[in-house]
Amino acid sequence: MKLAVETVDLTKTYDGTTAVNKLNLRIEEGDIFGFLGPNGAGKTTTILMLLGLTEPTSGVARIYGYNSTREPLRVKRISGYVPERVGFYEDLSARHNLAYIARLNGLSEKLAMERIGESLEVVGLSEVADRRVQEFSRGMKQRLAIADTLIKTPKVAFLDEPTSGIDPEGVREMLNLIATIARERGMTVILSSHQLHQVQQICNRIGIMAKGHMVVEGLLDQLGRDAFGGGRFRVELQLTEITSALVDCIKQIEGVVNVERSEDLLLINCMEDLRPRIAKAIVDNGGLLVQMKIQSYALEDIYMKYFTEV
Amino acid sequence: MSGLITVFWKELADNFTSKRFIILFILVLFAGVFAIYVAAENIRQAVTETDTSLFAATESIRFVFLKLYTTSGGAMPSFLTFIVFFVPIVGIALGFDAINSEKNSGTLSRLLSQPIFRDAVINGKFLAGVATLSILLVSIVMLVAGVGLRMIGVPPNSEEILRLMAFLGVGIVYGAFWLGLAMLFSIFFQRVATSALASIAVWIFFIFFMFMIAGLIANMVAPVDDQSTQQELLRNVEVNLTAMRASPIMLFSEATSVLLVPAARTMGQLLQMEISEAATQMLPNPLPLGQSVLMVLPHLVSLLALTVVCFAISYIRFMREEIRST
Repeated sequence: MKLAVETVDLTKTYDGTTAVNKLNLRIEEGDIFGFLGPNGAGKTTTILMLLGLTEPTSGVARIYGYNSTREPLRVKRISGYVPERVGFYEDLSARHNLAYIARLNGLSEKLAMERIGESLEVVGLSEVADRRVQEFSRGMKQRLAIADTLIKTPKVAFLDEPTSGIDPEGVREMLNLIATIARERGMTVILSSHQLHQVQQICNRIGIMAKGHMVVEGLLDQLGRDAFGGGRFRVELQLTEITSALVDCIKQIEGVVNVERSEDLLLINCMEDLRPRIAKAIVDNGGLLVQMKIQSYALEDIYMKYFTEV
Repeated sequence: MSGLITVFWKELADNFTSKRFIILFILVLFAGVFAIYVAAENIRQAVTETDTSLFAATESIRFVFLKLYTTSGGAMPSFLTFIVFFVPIVGIALGFDAINSEKNSGTLSRLLSQPIFRDAVINGKFLAGVATLSILLVSIVMLVAGVGLRMIGVPPNSEEILRLMAFLGVGIVYGAFWLGLAMLFSIFFQRVATSALASIAVWIFFIFFMFMIAGLIANMVAPVDDQSTQQELLRNVEVNLTAMRASPIMLFSEATSVLLVPAARTMGQLLQMEISEAATQMLPNPLPLGQSVLMVLPHLVSLLALTVVCFAISYIRFMREEIRST
């Protein structure tokens, strides 16, 4: 696999405070990378350094082997960027806004028109292409921003909080759109967000950043397993009485990784959804079930787990 | 380079389609119409009254076309005075929100993530501003020329045309200075209102307060009282004038009045007094264009230098500026 994004000891210091501290990041081609962390963790700064918009204090950022600081033009030619507070020229129509970007990328008039039509089609804005951007809703502007990056057919797209400020339905559509585009075009996407469950839906790799450090990084499945002591699911049982015979019985069920006991609760980590078999075991042992809940590991848990460690 | 050209055309189109431009155009159009009105009322008098001798009269009529631009009538200012006041406003209006409005609306980071050199943005904007300004200035001078031609029926001679062109050149540099200054503020201040106000403040300072400050400086360096000799008085006036020349407005108005009034042989009070003493022997011969240009060359160079300094500071600041996350 080709390396799309690479940083080596990337560091940025703003008047004494370190925004990004010795970050080593490797993202492979075709990945949808969820870049997580609370506000002020250094996500945006990292993205800006990768794009060559901000100079690193030390370290190197590379995109497809091009040094972001030394060859910013080459980097910008292959990477698209949707800033967090994306804006357009309000007086111009959507089409004209995109045409400006196309010209800045040196596209010929004909190619530009083709790409603009195509990009607007993809994000579903063809109908309003000739309306002025000031009439657009927040969600439409976000979609226009996606179309904007598609104009130059980038190899890597950096989306900084692309879902902030839009309604849940819009968020879902937006994420599906991003996932579809990335898959169809084989585009590497770096998606920064602090809304975890959203990222979880479409990313295959995530990295969690806090206070300038990458706290954890890897494939989503792997991270979940680490956080849940190896299981993919966690079943929570509440019983009137917990006997050790019952615990032993549950432990013997195939697929159960471990069982934890706290007060009247049993926490069972398992590889698959074993609720029917657990229920059977309880009944067989004469236990009285109060309630049973199942969780697949959520990014939230991973996030919280690593966060409490920081 | 292609980035610069793209930015230039986009900005130029923006300038010409903006409401701001329409307002400016109306403003300057008023100035032109007004100037013609004033000239129509007073030009006959202006031509005939200056000198009684036949020679002087013919010399004065030789440049009657230029009088369209410089004739004032009583309390009503000439076209030139209008230009001195309005060109800064045009320059400021075209530049005060050049960078910070793009920053605030979030278009700047999108723009800078395109494969163009960063200076393409600021250069393109500046050049588009200068082009807009030039078009505005040229069209207003042409407008006055056209209407004036019908009115007085005397076509401009070649020297007058050259002088007008020189005037336009200086006018564009003058406007570019104010544009550069406004852009400088638009880079240093985050808020559009602040940068607009700062530019206007500088304009007001030079127009209203520079007189007082120059007077203060002159009285400090060369104090005068009732018993002062003529020499002391002259020195006071001289210092005053030198101090005034720190103002680009003064530089421009001096330079253009020399360019548009061929008979102007001096800019200082000093020599004017001597001339009035010797007026009986000296005829107000108009200077050849070359000599007039030579006289205003220092002014032109100073104006250019001021413009370059403004733009250079903006340029450096913009190039070094970090695009921050918030």
